[in-house]
Amino acid sequence: MSDASAPKAVSGPLNFLDERLGSTNFFQRNVKKVFPDHWSFMLGEIALYSFIILLLTGTFLTLWFHPSMEEVVYNGSYTKLKGVQMSDAYSSALHISFDVRGGLLMRQIHHWAAVLFMASILAHMLRVFFTGAYRKPRELNWLIGINMFILGMLEGLFGYSLPDDLLSGTGLRITQGVTESIPLVGTYIYMFLFGGEFPTGDNGDLIPRLYSLHILLIPGVILGLVTAHMMIMWHQKHTAMPSKNQSNEQVYGYPFYPVFMAKTGAYFLFTFGVVALLGAFAQINPIWLFGPYDPGAISSGSQPDWYMGVLEGALRLMPGQGTEWVIAGHTISMNVLIPALVPLGIVFGGAMAWPFIEQWITGDKRRHDINDRPRNAPVRTSIGIAAVTFYGLLWLAGANDVLADKFHVSLFGTTWFFRFAIFIGPVIAYIITKRICLGLQRKDAAIAGHGVEAGIIVMAPDGGFSEKHEPAREEELIKILSKENARPEAPATDANGIPAPSQKGPMGHLRSRLQRAMTFDDIPVEEHGEEHGHDDDHAVGSGSGPKQLGH
Amino acid sequence: MSDNKHTAGSPEPREDGGTGRVVGTPSPAKGESLLAKDGEGAKPPAGPATELDEKSAKNAERVVAAFFVLAFAASVGFIAYYIGWSGRNGGMHGVVRARESNLWLGGTLALAMLAMAFGVTIWVRRLMTSKPIIQERHEMASPADTRAAFEADFLEGAEDSGITKRPLLRRTLLLAAAPLGLAPLVLLRDLGPLPEKRLRSTFWGEAVKKAKAEGKQGVRLVVDGTNAPLKVSDFNSPGGMITVLPEGIEEAPEAANEIAKAVTILINVPAEQFKPVKGRENWHVNGVVAYSKICTHVGCPAALYEQTTHHILCPCHQSTFDATDGAKVVFGPAHRPLPQLPLGVEDGYLIATDDFPEPIGPSFWERG
Ligand code: HEM
Ligand code: FES
Repeated sequence: MSDASAPKAVSGPLNFLDERLGSTNFFQRNVKKVFPDHWSFMLGEIALYSFIILLLTGTFLTLWFHPSMEEVVYNGSYTKLKGVQMSDAYSSALHISFDVRGGLLMRQIHHWAAVLFMASILAHMLRVFFTGAYRKPRELNWLIGINMFILGMLEGLFGYSLPDDLLSGTGLRITQGVTESIPLVGTYIYMFLFGGEFPTGDNGDLIPRLYSLHILLIPGVILGLVTAHMMIMWHQKHTAMPSKNQSNEQVYGYPFYPVFMAKTGAYFLFTFGVVALLGAFAQINPIWLFGPYDPGAISSGSQPDWYMGVLEGALRLMPGQGTEWVIAGHTISMNVLIPALVPLGIVFGGAMAWPFIEQWITGDKRRHDINDRPRNAPVRTSIGIAAVTFYGLLWLAGANDVLADKFHVSLFGTTWFFRFAIFIGPVIAYIITKRICLGLQRKDAAIAGHGVEAGIIVMAPDGGFSEKHEPAREEELIKILSKENARPEAPATDANGIPAPSQKGPMGHLRSRLQRAMTFDDIPVEEHGEEHGHDDDHAVGSGSGPKQLGH
Repeated sequence: MSDNKHTAGSPEPREDGGTGRVVGTPSPAKGESLLAKDGEGAKPPAGPATELDEKSAKNAERVVAAFFVLAFAASVGFIAYYIGWSGRNGGMHGVVRARESNLWLGGTLALAMLAMAFGVTIWVRRLMTSKPIIQERHEMASPADTRAAFEADFLEGAEDSGITKRPLLRRTLLLAAAPLGLAPLVLLRDLGPLPEKRLRSTFWGEAVKKAKAEGKQGVRLVVDGTNAPLKVSDFNSPGGMITVLPEGIEEAPEAANEIAKAVTILINVPAEQFKPVKGRENWHVNGVVAYSKICTHVGCPAALYEQTTHHILCPCHQSTFDATDGAKVVFGPAHRPLPQLPLGVEDGYLIATDDFPEPIGPSFWERG
């Protein structure tokens, strides 16, 4: 293991760098950095690798793509559009697809990677949320992550607007309409974004502008955020799921070099391999079938990329009656503003504020390196599932025409269904999730307290039957006992019975209310006082502590 | 947790009443996997295995090598296909060749990467002998004395610089910085023209004015795509719907922008079902009406027409308008009817006699 015997090819460059940068110090500190293992930790890696793939394939595409709205007559090898008037952008995208070898592949990989990028960020975010990994000290990375998702939405929207086919134009048309609805400055933003009127403005500036945003500005910002994200993560070390050897004081896992390095290299190849497979066999965004943009035309059943589906759904659900107001000669169209701003505002604004809200309610300002099992934070988990339900329903509503068609139900019927479902669904999801969490807590309480049913039925001398209990395995017990039981005495007063400052005033009352709501039905999970393995026969979920669910 | 113990052997009845399993609780039988098995401790997290004996290690090595060779073959296949079969001098030519080339190039590329990924994964799991290790975590916060020292340095620096003691300096610096910060915003002014009245009128208005100046009553409707003027007699079957534009729009400067505002749908509503809007009794020609095609929601072309219900449907968010009744909204997120274009007849041709009476398309602040 000693450097002394390192071959010259390794020691040479290392020494060269070290003498100039003192870099060996850094390498030495980090070669064996520990990476805890959990399958869900790779979701973020997939996002990172999709982003790298986007950079690589995107750069390839820039070599042939013409960001220009100049009208040209197509003269490439796709016979069905020969002689058709179109923008240079569309013509060059066709050229990439049909006359640049590997061009279609790179276009399709680029698009699939964009889809995967957004999906893996979302999955990664959900993992972080439900395990409480965003808690102190990792709130900054949580905020960075959400902002990357939002930037990804914009980046994707601008990306699929570039080829200037009929579908992109429709997306831009909607963007224009939504922009116009902004009070006071809407028409100005519209004119300044498009450089005049839709679609080409006064000088055909729109596509060039989207292009510089898409290939330079937004990827640059995302790259900066990714770098910050990784550096912070590296510095703070990973969280870990509760298990043996993992604690707030130490982290347990395999070393960066060689294990994690090889594994993560393999993940990169897997990710690239899978998007290449999709690019090869699954057609995406066949722009040649849509035709060039024509402001009077539209294809029905056209769907945006999935990450735009929520906005699409919200726009579809909002009733138009009574939602546009004219006040003192000015028009305010709530039928556009509300769906454009409110749902995503709730989801992303709520997600950004949540770590701080939770901290304020619980008063928990400690450092957390061990994650929660979702069941052990029932309110958080239920709010999360409610948000997922809300998002999911809006997303489905964005495809209500497809749903209506597939399931042969009335189109307006689906709209009405979703109009109610987005309010009722999250509430039901909250209630069910909370129930499930508490149920799992009861089960854990039973296992911790009395062990596991061994499947052995014992007959007592009096003739009754009972099942033998055995202690749970250590590893399992550690997991179960990772639950932090709610402290029954909320720290409402100090030693002298004087309310803590944070409990005073209306905000203080609200805070203690919320705190009680979060913890009143907590089920303490603790080891039984006596030794394990006695033959008691408690039913799972039997009376457990003073605060039972009142049902 | 010990408040409800039973004597062994009396599983039921449970008098404590707290027996009901909560919704979603896994059946207790599943807990079996949690049982401690004698002699078998907790497994280390999935990852590199303990050292294999040399024979199994050799086997594993061969498997990994096989994957790497497969990856090699696939990459070579990629290059060979590109050079030999994908076509020369600028590529594939046409959709069929592009698809074929896509399958080969994509397939070999995917195979190369996946095979390598599998190889590395097996290598990690079977052949790497690194043991899991433990590292300390550290408090993020710096020690209190470091913080205090920094604070002192910071204040000292501020003091030394004089910015705290010299308010004139401070205020004039801010004064100097503020307009400089605005300069880039000013520079963005030429991003676009001011909206002014651009959104209030369409090419129909211009074209009608021009036609009237030439002594005609209005501008002819031409069919989108063919640009052929439309005779009343050409459009006489009830239930029909076509897209029309004002004659001459193709030659207008910024034609695309003009078309994007002026596209209009012409519908032949059966005269007996047609309910003209008050004040617009003469805007139709025997039930032939014209509405703006630009949806009043966020501007998609409202392109679908259902003959039986006479509904105009916008495919974007399904705003639905009643063609028999002034394109009133009957469902969906749009608030306002599609603006109607006043029609007339001149020399047997359909004409528009004026612009739309209101701005077309989505609502905006200045619309009123
Ligand atoms: C997070 C990052 C990115 C996302 C989500 C993204 C997404 C997209 C999408 C969805 C398209 C439409 C593809 C299609 O035609 O089907 C696109 C097109 C394009 N992207 Fe990106 N992209 C990203 C980064 C980049 C970068 C870094 C570059 C260049 C350095 C780039 C260059 C291009 C080009 C040139 C096109 C137009 C080519 C064409 O459509 O044929 N992209 N992008
Ligand atoms: S644009 Fe027509 S319904 Fe939204």
